Amino acid sequence: MYNAGKIIIGLLIFVGLVAFPFVYSGGKATAKPDPKVDTPEILKLAENERKCVEPKAYMKGEHMVLLNDWRDWVVRDDNTIYTATDGKKYTMSLQNTCMKCHSNKKKFCDECHNYTAVKPYCWDCHIVPKEKET
Amino acid sequence: MSINRREFLKIAGVSTILGIGGVSAVNSLRNRVEASQISPSPEALVAKRWAMVVDMSKFKSEEDYQRCIDACHRVHNVPHITDNPKHEIKWLWKETYEHAFPGNEDEYLSEEIKHLPFLVLCNHCDNPSCVRVCPTKATFKRKSDGIVMMDMHRCIGCRFCMAACPYGARSFNYKDPRPFINEAKENLEFPTRTKGVVEKCTLCYERLAKGLKPACVEASNGALIFGDIEDPNSEVRKVLGARYSFRRRPELGTRPSVYYIF
Amino acid sequence: MLEKAIKGGSRYWVWVFFLLSVIGIGFIAYLYQFKYGLGITGMSRDVSWGIYIGQFTFLVGVAAAAVMVVLPYYLHNYKKYGRIAVLAEFLAVPSVIMCMLFIFVDMGQPLRVLNVLLHPTPNSVMFFDMVVLAGYLFLNILVGWTILGAERKEAPPPKWIKPFIYIAIAWAPSIHIVTAFLYAGLPGRHFWLTAIMAARFLASAFAAGPALIIILCLIVRRFTKFDPGKEAIQTLGKTIAYTMTLNVLFLGFEFFTAFYSQIPGHMHSFVYLYTGLHGYSQLVPIMWLSSILAVVALVMLVFPQIRKNESLLAIACMATFFSLWIDKGFGLVVGGFVPSPLEKITEYWPTLPETLITLAVWAIGFLVLTILYKIAVSIKEEVVFDKYGEKQIKAER
Repeated sequence: MYNAGKIIIGLLIFVGLVAFPFVYSGGKATAKPDPKVDTPEILKLAENERKCVEPKAYMKGEHMVLLNDWRDWVVRDDNTIYTATDGKKYTMSLQNTCMKCHSNKKKFCDECHNYTAVKPYCWDCHIVPKEKET
Repeated sequence: MSINRREFLKIAGVSTILGIGGVSAVNSLRNRVEASQISPSPEALVAKRWAMVVDMSKFKSEEDYQRCIDACHRVHNVPHITDNPKHEIKWLWKETYEHAFPGNEDEYLSEEIKHLPFLVLCNHCDNPSCVRVCPTKATFKRKSDGIVMMDMHRCIGCRFCMAACPYGARSFNYKDPRPFINEAKENLEFPTRTKGVVEKCTLCYERLAKGLKPACVEASNGALIFGDIEDPNSEVRKVLGARYSFRRRPELGTRPSVYYIF
Repeated sequence: MLEKAIKGGSRYWVWVFFLLSVIGIGFIAYLYQFKYGLGITGMSRDVSWGIYIGQFTFLVGVAAAAVMVVLPYYLHNYKKYGRIAVLAEFLAVPSVIMCMLFIFVDMGQPLRVLNVLLHPTPNSVMFFDMVVLAGYLFLNILVGWTILGAERKEAPPPKWIKPFIYIAIAWAPSIHIVTAFLYAGLPGRHFWLTAIMAARFLASAFAAGPALIIILCLIVRRFTKFDPGKEAIQTLGKTIAYTMTLNVLFLGFEFFTAFYSQIPGHMHSFVYLYTGLHGYSQLVPIMWLSSILAVVALVMLVFPQIRKNESLLAIACMATFFSLWIDKGFGLVVGGFVPSPLEKITEYWPTLPETLITLAVWAIGFLVLTILYKIAVSIKEEVVFDKYGEKQIKAER
């Protein structure tokens, strides 16, 4: 092998860099996200009314798509009312509809977003509900 | 329904990979599929084209102007930037006659009129030059009622619209506006803006959707008259039919929707 | 061919590392701008475009100016340009790259740049400008690279490249016309709202660009074995004499319309730029410097005796370039905003971070230029005769 010394040093540096995050975190997995839906606003609702705009599974996977659509529909197409699959009507608004129930951004939004290292820029503009520091 | 949608979005995803052409085709299709699920608010105020008449005879004191300005700026979380006048942000503000109507001032005009403050705002032009130049359609004219809207989600901050607006109605967020908004007076139902986007008066589209007149109109005690200019029976049309009115720089062909009467 | 760029003498590497350090400093300044916003610049609510957009405007002209060499060479078979055609095309490449970077650093939300493609808006001149600039970049890389590759093999260029050459020739003026349309169609901006804007843009571009090509040719001859040719340089000098005359003439037309009509809106910006308005006169010294340089350049270019002396021609070219750089890269943009449409005056001057970012973009341009010229010149140094059989290598001194 030509330049064996250089290649081996290079390989070591490469392996070191790749392994660094694992070594640094001590091999422990980050705690699984556990978003909470136990805000006072939600608890106030009757048991059978405690549901989101769309089914939980859909919201979990597609809420960003829904929010994206809501935004365009409200700002660009001047529609403000969303009729959900179950026929219930909602005003399309992140700040005034979603966050009215989910008033716990830290436990509801950030929990998963931090875990998956997603940094949505919603909150650059939209005002976060006032939360008591816990 | 939700399964249908999910499948549909899968197809949209594949189309996205196929290219932007696919996206736009699917976009139009998707809007049709979901159109049944969205609707305008039944209580919304509607018009063919909104217009405003500023009745200058009713602006008598400093307070009369400030009340309108404060109402607007508070309800929209407009920052009050004091440290650098170059970064100022304003949606509705006072401008003296010589600046609001440049080129119209006569040599022997009384000092009083020359320095008479006029309330100025985005003119929501029928033929808006800002909309013509925007490279992303972030500013656009609403088809339903002619409001010149600003989609702050889409704005890339190129500031072409600011160069194109002959009324100086547009402000750019040269920095994060949040530190300049009084948190105690913040409107929690309306967003702020982020740095790097252009903003301006949106004729309170969010209030119109709830059946409310614009905040400045509500605060003006009748000095600002608001209505549908294409409806011959509207109040604005009645006022314009009865009294002498003028607009800012009509010679530019932008066809402003804000009128002034004395 | 790229391997030519990593073989060089110490002078080459000192220059490259100098440019890299300028880029590094500017990059740090840009990070600051990215974090804080465009508030770190001298721009304001009234003067909402500054030196970034000015440089962009000026550089589109430099990019388009390649056509002044390429057109006589390919359409009229003007043999003397055979040696420098590649140099002209390779000047267009970094110019367009700088244009794009200046647009990018001027954006308030740079991460949303793709919105321009996601929401294509044909009625926006800005959208068109982006499309034509990208096209022009592609054409010049393609043509320059292919021709140079053929020359290296001492073979005639492939036939399929011909249509691209002709398209590039037509494309070049179009990029600058579109750039002029960014300005010339805005109601309420009297200073820009003039039909001669596009013509003025072309004239100034076809003076500033070739002036830079001459300067670069002289540098290349000084530091390498490759000789771009005395005659090529002289002919290009003649081109500049004409285009610079036209440019000054067009500016004169603007003055005539503004001041003979006596329409205040048309006069204000000129008054502000050249004498100051209501006590605001920050730009007056540099505008006069630009005017004086223009006169000096014109006098030196118009008289053949002066122009034929290469060192004097070099001075004339530098005067041309800097005069137009001030006029178009600064005065033209800022002048359109002062006074504002509400006839208020806010002055503009770039801040330190803004200047550092501007310098860094120029340094990136020069780095790309250096690499491309290094490749081109290395190949030229190997090929003793150009395709017309003329010697293009200097005799060893």
